[in-house]
Amino acid sequence: MKHLIPEFEKWKLRFPPGKESSLVLPCLRRIQEDRGFVADEDVAGLTEYLGVPRIQIEEVLSYYTQYRRAPIGRWHLQTCRNVSCSMRGAERLIDHLQKKLGIGIGETTADGRFTISTVECLGSCGTAPVVMVNDAYHENMSAEKLDALMEGLK
Amino acid sequence: MPGRQLLMTFPVTATSHSLADYRARGGYQTLERVLKTLKPEDVTKEVSAAGLLGHGGAAFPTGRKWGVIKLDDGIPHHLCANADEGEPGTFKDRWILEHNPHLLVEAMAMTSYAIGARHNFVYIRGEFDLPWRRIQGAVDEAYEAGYLGSNILGTSHGCDIVVYRGAGSYVCGEASGLLTSIEGKKGYPRNRPPRLTVKGLYQRPTDVNNVETLANVGVVMTIGAEAFRKIGTAKSPGTQLVSISGHIAKPGVYEVEFGYPLKTFLYEDCGGMIGGKALKALIPGGISTKVLTAPEIEPLTYDHASFDKAGSSLGSGGMIAIAEGTCMVRLLQVMIRFYHHESCGQCTPCREGMGWMHRVVDRIVAGQGVPEDIDRLYAISEANDGTTICGMGDAAGYATIGILNKFRDEFEYYIANKRSRCNGVLEVGNA
Repeated sequence: MKHLIPEFEKWKLRFPPGKESSLVLPCLRRIQEDRGFVADEDVAGLTEYLGVPRIQIEEVLSYYTQYRRAPIGRWHLQTCRNVSCSMRGAERLIDHLQKKLGIGIGETTADGRFTISTVECLGSCGTAPVVMVNDAYHENMSAEKLDALMEGLK
Repeated sequence: MPGRQLLMTFPVTATSHSLADYRARGGYQTLERVLKTLKPEDVTKEVSAAGLLGHGGAAFPTGRKWGVIKLDDGIPHHLCANADEGEPGTFKDRWILEHNPHLLVEAMAMTSYAIGARHNFVYIRGEFDLPWRRIQGAVDEAYEAGYLGSNILGTSHGCDIVVYRGAGSYVCGEASGLLTSIEGKKGYPRNRPPRLTVKGLYQRPTDVNNVETLANVGVVMTIGAEAFRKIGTAKSPGTQLVSISGHIAKPGVYEVEFGYPLKTFLYEDCGGMIGGKALKALIPGGISTKVLTAPEIEPLTYDHASFDKAGSSLGSGGMIAIAEGTCMVRLLQVMIRFYHHESCGQCTPCREGMGWMHRVVDRIVAGQGVPEDIDRLYAISEANDGTTICGMGDAAGYATIGILNKFRDEFEYYIANKRSRCNGVLEVGNA
């Protein structure tokens, strides 16, 4: 994470002085974008850089659902399974993905191409069901649309 | 259109979110007038006079919340916009973040003036990508144009805004959990008192307002309290952005004037239920609000008093329409699974209670329920009520009791026959 420190230094300028602790979440997000997950050496490096207790960083990593401590597939397909998406076919989509890829929820295909997860409400209920592919929302999804989309994800 | 509009007043185009378009709509003129001609307390007075209520779910009077913060206490204050939209069924703040982000920025610059706050935040849920790019883009543009930073528009007022991204936690939408998260920790809510306006972010007086509430502050300061009060009802002035989803023909975000007839909204503005099905139930404002049956919605108008009288609330404006044929047992299962997943684990009644309720409902759905399970769900819900630091445990209980009170027969049928009376169906109408 050391090469990201110049970026972190710029962020500090807009935070109230002396509140480095607030940078834990944004720094972890940036580290994860960079490496794909948060490694032990990142935790150690961030502990030293921000001067916060290591346990605070470990707690944040285990509390929030978006952080990862291990690598996943190149394409992360996260299907919402909450009320409005379930009412518009999310359960069929989740079944379809598992059958199509031959893996279970939370698993990655052997070629490292896809990881599939279920998530709770993504705030996209009016365009349900929604599948998040890496950072992007794909709304009003169906099995056919998902198949077509996955064709292009190499 | 469901009544008069205050927020959805311009056509959405490829550039309508930009600073240039916002300025062409008159944007930032109000900020200049406020900073150059009004005192901070005048802003609070105007917002109080407008009768603006919070739009995040609790409907607390905005001006009264601000009024707690003492301008001359000599300590730094903070303002946080709550953009952690995550109550299932709610996707209205996204509309403001994506299509009119500068209105939020301008309103925050004015609110920070009213409460004397220099370092301020927009806390946005980590999954939001486009809304984040839009609000971050607007903040960057506003700095560039001199609407944020030090000495805004040549005045002595300074306002910094950090767009702070969450990382996946429903509880961080609760105001105190949100502040703990901005402090860089796991998002545990905090006990009150002290109120957040007394000891909030970094133990300093902090005002947390919903995105739509702040957008309405912008409207109030532009058109004035008197004009604002002419929209809506006497007790609920203004409008609400209602996000409607589920088995409805035309889902989406609608701006509804308070006092508008609910049935007209559902059947004319939203086109009724998909496939012309009958309405079975309506979740009025996020799944934590009590469900209403089709006969119960008949006389309702869309305002706080009308929904309170019906034993529910407007909540966050996240409506979910449920068609006849939907299995309410499976629906409750999806809801309780969510609450169990999102319980932060800090308070024992919620941490244990959510898991227990989840196991009970799973057991019923698997055909292994026993008749006492219904009373058990009531008992856990009631035991939770008021015993936890934040309202999540309470809300899960209200949602459960709401469904059990009105659809108890479906649960009894499921337990007695080991199968759903509605074949376990959640997806209705588009088959």
